[in-house]
Amino acid sequence: MTNPSKIITLVILLSCLPLPALKAQDLTVPDDVLASQAQRIAAIKKASASTVMVFANEGKGGGSGVLISPDGYALSNYHVVQPAGTAMKCAINDGKLYDAILVSIDPVGDVALIKLLGRDDFPFAKLEDSDKVRVGDWCFAVGNPFLLATDFNPTVTYGIVSGVHRYQYPAGTLLEYADCIQTDASINPGNSGGPLFNERGDLIGINGRGSFEKRGRVNVGVGYAISINQIKHFMGFLRSGRILDHATLGATVSTDENGNVVVTNIAESSDAYRRGLRYGDQLLSFGGRNISTVNGFKNVLGIYPRGWRVPISFLHEGDRFDTFVRLTGVHSPEELLARVQPNRQQPEGKPMPEGQPAPPAPKEPALQLPDVVKPFFTARRGFANYHFNKLNQDRIWDTYVNQTKPESIKGDWTLRGQLGNLGNASIVLSKTRVDAELPQGKAFAVLDNDLGQQEAPRGSGGLLVALHLWKHIQQTGIGRFGDVYYLGSMPTPKQDEKQDVLVATHSVIECRFYFSPSTGLLTSMEMYPDLGVDPCEIYFSEYESINGRMLPRHLEIIHGDTVYGELLLKDFEFNSNGGTE
Amino acid sequence: MHRLFLALFFFLAGIINLTQAADFSVISAGVQPKMVKVYGAGGLRGLEGYQSGFLISDQGHILTVWSYVLDTDYITVTLDDGRKFEGEIVGADPRLEVAVLKIDTDGLEHFKLGASVGVKPGARILAFSNLFKIATGDEPSSVLHGIVAATTPLNARRGAFKTTYKGTVHILDAITNNPGAAGGALTTRNGELAGLLGKELRNSQNGTWLNYAVPISELIPAIEDIIAGRTRPRSFDEDVIRPDEPHTLKTLGIRMVPDVLAKTPPFVDSVAASSEAEKQGIRPDDLILYINDRRVDSCATLRSELELIDQIDNVILVVQRGDELVEIVLQGE
Repeated sequence: MTNPSKIITLVILLSCLPLPALKAQDLTVPDDVLASQAQRIAAIKKASASTVMVFANEGKGGGSGVLISPDGYALSNYHVVQPAGTAMKCAINDGKLYDAILVSIDPVGDVALIKLLGRDDFPFAKLEDSDKVRVGDWCFAVGNPFLLATDFNPTVTYGIVSGVHRYQYPAGTLLEYADCIQTDASINPGNSGGPLFNERGDLIGINGRGSFEKRGRVNVGVGYAISINQIKHFMGFLRSGRILDHATLGATVSTDENGNVVVTNIAESSDAYRRGLRYGDQLLSFGGRNISTVNGFKNVLGIYPRGWRVPISFLHEGDRFDTFVRLTGVHSPEELLARVQPNRQQPEGKPMPEGQPAPPAPKEPALQLPDVVKPFFTARRGFANYHFNKLNQDRIWDTYVNQTKPESIKGDWTLRGQLGNLGNASIVLSKTRVDAELPQGKAFAVLDNDLGQQEAPRGSGGLLVALHLWKHIQQTGIGRFGDVYYLGSMPTPKQDEKQDVLVATHSVIECRFYFSPSTGLLTSMEMYPDLGVDPCEIYFSEYESINGRMLPRHLEIIHGDTVYGELLLKDFEFNSNGGTE
Repeated sequence: MHRLFLALFFFLAGIINLTQAADFSVISAGVQPKMVKVYGAGGLRGLEGYQSGFLISDQGHILTVWSYVLDTDYITVTLDDGRKFEGEIVGADPRLEVAVLKIDTDGLEHFKLGASVGVKPGARILAFSNLFKIATGDEPSSVLHGIVAATTPLNARRGAFKTTYKGTVHILDAITNNPGAAGGALTTRNGELAGLLGKELRNSQNGTWLNYAVPISELIPAIEDIIAGRTRPRSFDEDVIRPDEPHTLKTLGIRMVPDVLAKTPPFVDSVAASSEAEKQGIRPDDLILYINDRRVDSCATLRSELELIDQIDNVILVVQRGDELVEIVLQGE
């Protein structure tokens, strides 16, 4: 009546377990134990469904990944997808193999976004708040260690969180792991790119690295996962199809004899310098975290993309300063390109610094892409996959234009209102000039001269040119304005919600347009007359529907640390006949 | 049927064991303030200049492993809160491969040696250490989890492991045998101190690394002797009684290496023919570690200690010969 083999199996199982001294009458299992067991089973089941097994084409290795959206976006490591190239095969535990396409890479952070094709109902992981993870928490990794999952069933390894907010120096020149999660769950080759889950089966990190030193390349109890909160910062950027860079403050710090973190070097061209940070100043907080160690500082730097504005507090000659600082890139774009694609023939063309026009690349001949992925790939110099950049440009612009219908207003614009409580203001935007009558006096900009030289009115950083470009991009659309690309999303000092950013360059003037993802409206713009100077910032708010068009009633103009003024618009006059044309 | 029932019962009981574990994040937070990071000599590849340790008294005593890292006049101890102190070696027992350091502060959270507990095979454990020097400053030590896989004497495979310690160890399934982990704390799942994470140890025959910890109970007498000053050279005290006719190196037949450094390691250079030293088997290159249970760290200390031993008394030396520790008794006259 009993199957002897079952008994043997159980006895073998037994020998693996500690033998508690329990009496036979204690046999009933407490409900909370059963509940806990059921929770673990459910967590592993849920987590395994979203785990991706990556197989590079032509047997060029592979690794792991994790789905984060029903339409197939999945996270992995840069070092996993890099040998695979643009297209790869991905399996999930529904037993099917899917074609996948590279979206973006973050070579410094060792993150890649790919997209699995063929479904819009993929199982996907819930992104947890990884700052809540504590040392000692149970966690588990799911993935494809040693590429064992040829049956498309991933391997699960259980452990605890051994450390949080760990900083691991760059391996080689790239691949810095900042603010990462350390675990003793076994992370082995092939786990790379795969998910680390908390005990509820929600995503807290992307596994990708371990400490080995003289121990060979198998797990020795120390694995690291990129925190999912870092990836959340990069998420908009990862959707952009670009090759992403990490950030630098333009300053280096070290610990002084009192244990304070102080500035030991600062570039005069950096935004930090313009915000008043100087040699010897003590860093108090950065990115909302108190800074007590150099590693702590590097942890904060490592979790933000290039270009973000991050709050910073420092002591300068005894006075405390609280401000926002723009982070610049670690690498020049060309340097980054050379590092990530050293063997790939780059399409001819000038270097593409962020914000400079990128010449469209000739289609790479090397596209032996499967037919199914071809529609999802566009080659362009400086991009991992331009297709996804265009997708986002169109998404943002179409949503905006639907509400503002600016392209129907081809002529001159006249804006009338008040500049704060200083008095009346009117600004006429025509094709060749901008003329303003302001309480402080008249100001103008001539548009066939060098736009970068015209910073009128004084103290605004170039408000008139900025307003012209605001009007111009609305009249031409993003297709004819100049070079436009989708940067990603980031908060601004006035919006906690991450705003979608279009970078648009017209006559070598770089503008950044920030759009609210919830309303689709333009919330701010920055106009850079030149690299290395503070932009003119305009924050648009109090949108109202006027004749079927959403228009902002309130414009706040900021230059550097100074608020130039608030423009309250009472009247918009559009010469829709294009009179000056 | 009965057997199946029993097996099922133990299986479920095992699950109970797993699920009743305390909240490790709370336990970890309680242990961290007792952990320290130790920095000293080394820094070359394969010879890391760091290890782990933990506080064992409110006087700033720290237990760690005896290793080359401590072979310097500048030992830095970083507390969990990031404060840095100079560590002074109170004493060491090379036979057990432990050392006690002291820092000049008091009132710190610490493990009470008297409250340390034993663990048996199957017990769930946590291992705290600064392996791979992952943590710096006020960053917390790393914590690994696992179980005690076995408790066994380390000399079971004679010649396989190059270690002077031959006593009982807990073999762990947590991978503690990593650079810098030595000197870390093995605790129960409730954070009670159970052992000292051992030095890196590799089986010379098959190349595998051993994850182990020395039970605290094996170390307590030695630690107490060190803290009480019972291993401290007597010659360090000024009011010590000096015999009229003490032993000398010459009468024993031992010649040490030339004393050219501030602390010349007490290596035997040569042994006089038909001397007591030769008769009892002292050999050139022996490193003298103890003389009559007093720790010797230099040729000068060795001479000073000999001056305190009357010629009629025996001299008991503990020497390190390769990886072995040898005790040699030189007869008094």
